[in-house]
Amino acid sequence: MDLSEITKRLKLEVKAGNGSLSNEVQGGYASDLISDVIANAEEGDLWVTLQTHQNTVAVASMKGLAGIVLVNGREPEADTLQKAREENIPLLVSALPAFELIGRLYNLGLSGIRK
Amino acid sequence: MIEREITKIQELVYELRVGDVMKRGVIKVIPSTQMSDLRAVLRDNRISGTPVVEEGRLVGIISLEDFIRWLYDGGPDCAVVDRMTRKVISVFEDEPLIQAFNNLERFGFGRLPVLARGIGKLTGVITKGDIIGGLLKKLDIGYRQAEIHSTRSSHIFEDIVADKSALIFEYQVSGGDFSRAGNSAGGLKTTLLRLGISPQITRRAAIATYEAEMNLIFFTNGGKIKTKIEPEIIQIEVEDDGPGIPDIDQALKPGFSTAPEWVRELGFGAGMGLHNIQKCSDRMNLSSTVGKGTRLKVEILVGNEDGSE
Repeated sequence: MDLSEITKRLKLEVKAGNGSLSNEVQGGYASDLISDVIANAEEGDLWVTLQTHQNTVAVASMKGLAGIVLVNGREPEADTLQKAREENIPLLVSALPAFELIGRLYNLGLSGIRK
Repeated sequence: MIEREITKIQELVYELRVGDVMKRGVIKVIPSTQMSDLRAVLRDNRISGTPVVEEGRLVGIISLEDFIRWLYDGGPDCAVVDRMTRKVISVFEDEPLIQAFNNLERFGFGRLPVLARGIGKLTGVITKGDIIGGLLKKLDIGYRQAEIHSTRSSHIFEDIVADKSALIFEYQVSGGDFSRAGNSAGGLKTTLLRLGISPQITRRAAIATYEAEMNLIFFTNGGKIKTKIEPEIIQIEVEDDGPGIPDIDQALKPGFSTAPEWVRELGFGAGMGLHNIQKCSDRMNLSSTVGKGTRLKVEILVGNEDGSE
């Protein structure tokens, strides 16, 4: 499933990275610990987090993640937005809390475990 | 350039399959759906026609035109089965796009039902919009790959005439400067990809550098990252002048961290940094003197895609 479809179905707000919404999402990873994401997220994962600072973009870019979803309607910081635009990393916002959002992503067929 | 793009499109319409670009999860009606209910189906979904399906099998198609004709005739309400077109032109999922395109052109249809070959089950619908969207997406991917290729300098080592050659890049990191965090690792990543190093190896080098860079920012007054690239090995050396690590074994333990509260709030300081570096390296050496400084050496073998684990 590509990111534009997930964006539509879960009514995510696209803050940056419009050009990469055709990214194929292969799975999901949820964590607020940066090193944990670096160690355990996989390429093509959609990353669910509440961290709003610009290092999230650096990590997503480095790991080749499909995109970042901020939960609880959190606003990304200005330099995060700028960096996401520069690197064309999809930065999305959901009004839902993490637990609920992840449940809905799971129902769309995303999994946290690769086959 | 334009001519080449056209040739590329011609190639793609044969290469891409209907199943690659069609819409799945089709809006459909059953034969007994009443004409009076059809209006809402077409209007709510903003479509100008829909397949009629009986037990998964396509039995006809009913369009806005059929609906208007029914209104015009002023006949009584009836089931779509009485008004639908029975002889439906469809395509199979595994047919090339050109087949769908030709059918749409020839018959002037807005959409074609798509069937799975063999079982004849309706699996989707394809429109000209889907075809254009699919082609654009594919062209965009091709364009990006061409761009990566043209900026690549992977031939550099082959062009150098020497018994031994190496490239050295240095990055300065300022302590406490969180706003520039990740710049060194990002710069190294771009450079390695341009040198034609595989994405897997590049990622490991970038992650190790990133974690080391973060340590310089959070715990030191700054330092430098020196990377030496040779055809077979990437060496990363990170140096700072204090405060030093009192107990290296403890520092290497996953989960151990001396990070202050502000660092933890940002999602760092999980005590995984050095562990991540170790995971990405083929060899790692850490030495430190309290009050003097710390020196980290990481080696990644270019031929070893899997890393130390």
